[in-house]
Amino acid sequence: MRTLFFLLEKEFRQLLRNRQLIRILFIAPMIQLILLPLAADYSVKNVNIAVLDQDHSPTSTKMIEKIKSSGRFRLTGYADTYKQALAMVEQDKADLVLQIPLHFERDMTRENVGKLYIAINAIEGTKANLGGAYLSSILNDFNEDIVTESGPINPSPNAPQITVVSSNWYNPHLNYNLYMVPAILVTLLTSIASMQSAFNIVQEKEKGTIEQINVTPIRKYIFILGKLIPFLVLGLLLFSMGLVIARAFYGIIPLGSLWVLYGSATVFLFSMLGLGLLLATYSATQQQAMSLAFFFINIFNLLSGVFTAVDSMPNWAKTLVETFPTSHFIKIMRSVVLKGSDFHDTAYHLGAMALIGLVLNTWAVLNYRKTA
Amino acid sequence: MNTEAVIVTDKLTKRFGPFIACNELTFQVDKGEIFGFLGANGAGKTTAMRMLCGLLNPSSGKATVAGFDVYTQANRIKQRIGYMSQRFSLYDDLTVSENIRFFGGIYGMSISDIKKKTSALLSELQLEKEAKTLVRDIPPGWKQKLAFSVSIVHGPDIVFLDEPTGGVDPVTRRQFWDLIYEAADKGVTVFVTTHYMDEAEYCNRVSIMVDGVIADLDAPARLKTKYQVSSMEEVFYALARNAVRKAD
Repeated sequence: MRTLFFLLEKEFRQLLRNRQLIRILFIAPMIQLILLPLAADYSVKNVNIAVLDQDHSPTSTKMIEKIKSSGRFRLTGYADTYKQALAMVEQDKADLVLQIPLHFERDMTRENVGKLYIAINAIEGTKANLGGAYLSSILNDFNEDIVTESGPINPSPNAPQITVVSSNWYNPHLNYNLYMVPAILVTLLTSIASMQSAFNIVQEKEKGTIEQINVTPIRKYIFILGKLIPFLVLGLLLFSMGLVIARAFYGIIPLGSLWVLYGSATVFLFSMLGLGLLLATYSATQQQAMSLAFFFINIFNLLSGVFTAVDSMPNWAKTLVETFPTSHFIKIMRSVVLKGSDFHDTAYHLGAMALIGLVLNTWAVLNYRKTA
Repeated sequence: MNTEAVIVTDKLTKRFGPFIACNELTFQVDKGEIFGFLGANGAGKTTAMRMLCGLLNPSSGKATVAGFDVYTQANRIKQRIGYMSQRFSLYDDLTVSENIRFFGGIYGMSISDIKKKTSALLSELQLEKEAKTLVRDIPPGWKQKLAFSVSIVHGPDIVFLDEPTGGVDPVTRRQFWDLIYEAADKGVTVFVTTHYMDEAEYCNRVSIMVDGVIADLDAPARLKTKYQVSSMEEVFYALARNAVRKAD
């Protein structure tokens, strides 16, 4: 334990002396956490729509007004022919084309059936899908409006009508920041924890100082602990900074207790630092460590459910994601911040992260060779 | 010689694939001796030293250092030896006294011992004024001397020096050897590899490695008589000119 004390003393001295690194470690994620959630928003706005109105009736004009006033769409032009409308899509001026065919109003009033056509540019999948969905729901709305205005001609009280009303629990206004900020904080911690711990050890390899350590009787697990603890402290400081930014810039105040948050952050950092330390034992240069770290960071951050739902992934991917500490911590963060989950609710994810961390750190200790 | 042996090897061998870096080295180093390990680049000096320090596992053969087996008691050996590699390996972002404190600390010295040792060491090296200077800011010659002093801060039985005076001016080299003599006088066994043949003259005994084997081993004076030459330079040339290996 005395050895550990001297190791920690040395690591903290070196870290604190490295002002440049400290600045980068705090300022870069701070900027990212402030900026990224503003952009990483699922709600689609500014969908460009071109209208091909062949009906030129009061109904069609009203419908177009309704679409324009929804705030989601930007009317980028009227086309006279379908060909013209398609050209607008090809030139990227429109994401959607709404075609209101001739006699739309007449068919609506006479036969109570009107047909509309929507063409979607699916190159930007999310925008197209959501844009199409928004448009359909606006048109449905519009449809109900007509019915109300003209009054039911032959109301049949027994006609089955199913109306689905959905309410969003835990995030009633579907405020994406509430959902994204905690997850983005986790992805930032994922990269910093795994890279910095790896770089630190590999730097000692490159400078040759690790050899001076290797000729001492120091125990391998003590050496690894000496690297783990300083970065755990650093990671928790970063995490705190993240919580402060979430509150200051996005007004996010976690519903759950800080104990649960900090407890899970500690277990999470333990596992991610373990990955970094393990990668360091396999790398001889910082370049190698960086390439290896990037490989894992990209996979962790893209597959852990920040942007895409893990539940809709193929089964093999779901199983794989279970081994990512990032995924577990994102689930914990979201449920603690939004729902106020406690240790009992998060036990499964905490256990999983602890197990992964234990495996990675043990592996790192075993693979760290004092004797080649 | 009536002294005890602190390093004993018997057919110590290291292979890297088909390449035999060290081939059946058998020698013995006595307590308090300054033992020179000479050889051209790539002759296998560093490999041999790394096996004795417990940094590298031997492929075959036997060796004991300070009475402990290199295969099974590496950590016991490490407690009893000091090591200075050819790469400078103090922490250049720590101060002079922080380096001494750190290495003393991980060898298990008490804080009061470390303090005593630090002030003794600083005055010996005339570095008192530089105690709080970062190691990266002190001149290279001082660094080498400091590195040597740190490598024996915990009072080891044996110190291994791997080309300790590489790239150092002649005056500093001379001062460096004064430090080595001082350590040897206190009973520390010195195992040193070098390229410099004048340094070979300072050793009690030297072994000359050529292509992974020990070509000859004796006191410098006796080697010169044996090969009927006047300097170690010529002894080395006589033995190493037929070497097959070129670079390391």
